[in-house]
Amino acid sequence: MTVRIQIEDFDVGLELNKMRLANPSIGAVASFIGQVRDINDNDMVSTLTLEHYAGMTEKSLVTIEAEAKNRWQIIDSLIIHRIGTLQPLDQIVFVGVTSSHRGDAFKACEFIMDFLKTQAPFWKKEMTNAGERWVEAKLADDDATARWNK
Amino acid sequence: MNIKILYFARIKEAVNYSTEEIELPSNISTITALKNYLSLRGDNWANLFSGKQVIRAAINHELVDNLATIKAGDEVAFFPPVTGG
Repeated sequence: MTVRIQIEDFDVGLELNKMRLANPSIGAVASFIGQVRDINDNDMVSTLTLEHYAGMTEKSLVTIEAEAKNRWQIIDSLIIHRIGTLQPLDQIVFVGVTSSHRGDAFKACEFIMDFLKTQAPFWKKEMTNAGERWVEAKLADDDATARWNK
Repeated sequence: MNIKILYFARIKEAVNYSTEEIELPSNISTITALKNYLSLRGDNWANLFSGKQVIRAAINHELVDNLATIKAGDEVAFFPPVTGG
């Protein structure tokens, strides 16, 4: 159960290999990578700047990982989230989950991402051809989180 | 009582503060009461904290609702709905 908040990019292959080789009872590795898109709300995005609440961010992500471990049989999880200024095609976030079987790994990975989107204190500001603006939270993300409580 | 308040993202920009320590009157003991108290500072504060905008609050790094109680020494944070990932 690890959380890393960093400005630097990350190497997905390296991270997945480290997770995969950590324990011989791992039979499944599920992962998600989020990256900066070139178009948002019909405008061209040139840069995306991520701000966060240091201290609360780490705590909130650790809580989300613990809840995933509570719900599914997972062996380990890793969340990497970048901060600072990024460009289209840059990686923003990595979530990796290892488990004995794929079902638990898939579900836990999606759960972690859904809660990260609505609970972890990050905010995006984008520079577009229409000017600089804060990215609005989406109702669809709240719905994605709420479905885990049914 | 003395508390620390942190502001983030568009709220930080609107009030032009990122952090402050303030001495609260003893009758201000919930998030709602604190928002109302801050609203008195001027138009930009009132626009933010009078309820027209969705503002999330945290006390000591935990998300809380408007009824949450504030204690001396707490770190309170105000921020817009989060948009990470």
